[in-house]
Amino acid sequence: MAVSHFMASGMGGIRSAGDLVARMQFSKNMKNDKAKEYVAKKLGLSTIEIADEHIMRELREELKIGVVTGVPGAPRGIAAKMNIERLIDTKINSCEIFRGLTKR
Amino acid sequence: MTQFYTRMGDGKRVTLTKEQILNDIQAGMADAADMAGVPDLTANDIEMLFEIISNKNRIVGVEPGNEVIVSYDIGQLDFTGDNGNSGNGVDVGRMEAALLHERALGADTFELAHADYSIKPVKPVIACEMQAMEEIQNEIVIPYFYGAMPNAGLYYAPDGPYGNPADLMREFRIEEAMKAAELTAEHLAKDIEYVAPKLVAAGADGFNFDTTASAGDADFVGTLYGVEALRKACPETYIMLGMAGESVMGIHGSIEYRGEAVAGKYPHQQVKMAEKAGANVFGPVVNTNTSKSLAWNMARSVTFVKECVKAASIPCHVNMGMGVGGIPMWETAPIDAVTRCNKAMVEVAKVDGV
Repeated sequence: MAVSHFMASGMGGIRSAGDLVARMQFSKNMKNDKAKEYVAKKLGLSTIEIADEHIMRELREELKIGVVTGVPGAPRGIAAKMNIERLIDTKINSCEIFRGLTKR
Repeated sequence: MTQFYTRMGDGKRVTLTKEQILNDIQAGMADAADMAGVPDLTANDIEMLFEIISNKNRIVGVEPGNEVIVSYDIGQLDFTGDNGNSGNGVDVGRMEAALLHERALGADTFELAHADYSIKPVKPVIACEMQAMEEIQNEIVIPYFYGAMPNAGLYYAPDGPYGNPADLMREFRIEEAMKAAELTAEHLAKDIEYVAPKLVAAGADGFNFDTTASAGDADFVGTLYGVEALRKACPETYIMLGMAGESVMGIHGSIEYRGEAVAGKYPHQQVKMAEKAGANVFGPVVNTNTSKSLAWNMARSVTFVKECVKAASIPCHVNMGMGVGGIPMWETAPIDAVTRCNKAMVEVAKVDGV
């Protein structure tokens, strides 16, 4: 089921920019087209390009926002999400909590 | 006469002519439009549905640029659960399941879930769930929710403290049945208020209320008040509210949310209540009729959901599992049917996600 839906219409999460578009839908109640336009503008790409794995694979590694393959040294988890916060100008709950835990 | 391979609502292969498919599309659409009082599909929509169904390729997909978000319910139970949840019975850890969905299955969001996937049983193990959430948030990148069914059925006898409305009504104890439903709604809202903010405090991006109103109108009302409480406690958390069916069952019959009875509400009306309560994303559901064709079920589902999307101020992620969203009620839902329903929902009903 998961694979069928991803193949038919999914953005593919961190294969492209699906996680970023999802964050804008959930944090700002943006409909899909608006959320895609917002993310595309932040990335300097078109709305077609942000769902293109060929473009997004290298860009994600360059922007340090998480990739699907195991790359030693590449940020993932909280570190990648902190970079996503800056990139698309949003607050992410787990990052806020992490910052709270590390304050002296 | 040309015959097209297609499916019945139970997944069985059948062949139908163009005329039969178009008749089924018209009939499915008319059923939804009549039930919910929503507009028919346009001639262009009907033509698009026919093209999708009659496409000779095994799988179909949306045009580049039309991609949407694939959000999830049931969490890791799709791997770990038994066939009651259409689970694979693979006892993989919750961290591993989440990361596999993120890095291998193209998930745009995912969620943590309790084995019983309901609000009530989370209460005694809340610390375990918070700890798991904290650990997984350290590794995952995609939005990661906590998910559970409100599942008001667990508050009724023999599992819970209140009389079972179905039993009470059978004995004509109508007022007692209604009171039991009202008490359940209050209890459910309090449990949501207890559980959900704790998961957000542990780092959850948000909370997914899945299969809402599965136990009828009191289930929906309890959930809506629970969502309100969560929104008040956590103003910035992501809230997704997905339904159990196209119409809210009137187990109580007249229980209200903010002065409006919820029984009998359809997706385009349900979404306005979800918005009022504070949800960010709404998940409409339309159940599949196994005796009707894919064309009938798809057209019926798209008719309900298209109007829901039009009425919504928030994004809509339509539920598209086995037996909902036009997809056949079959454990291994045929991928030709799944991808066709998916394309129809995205390109005809214009959903924001599935």
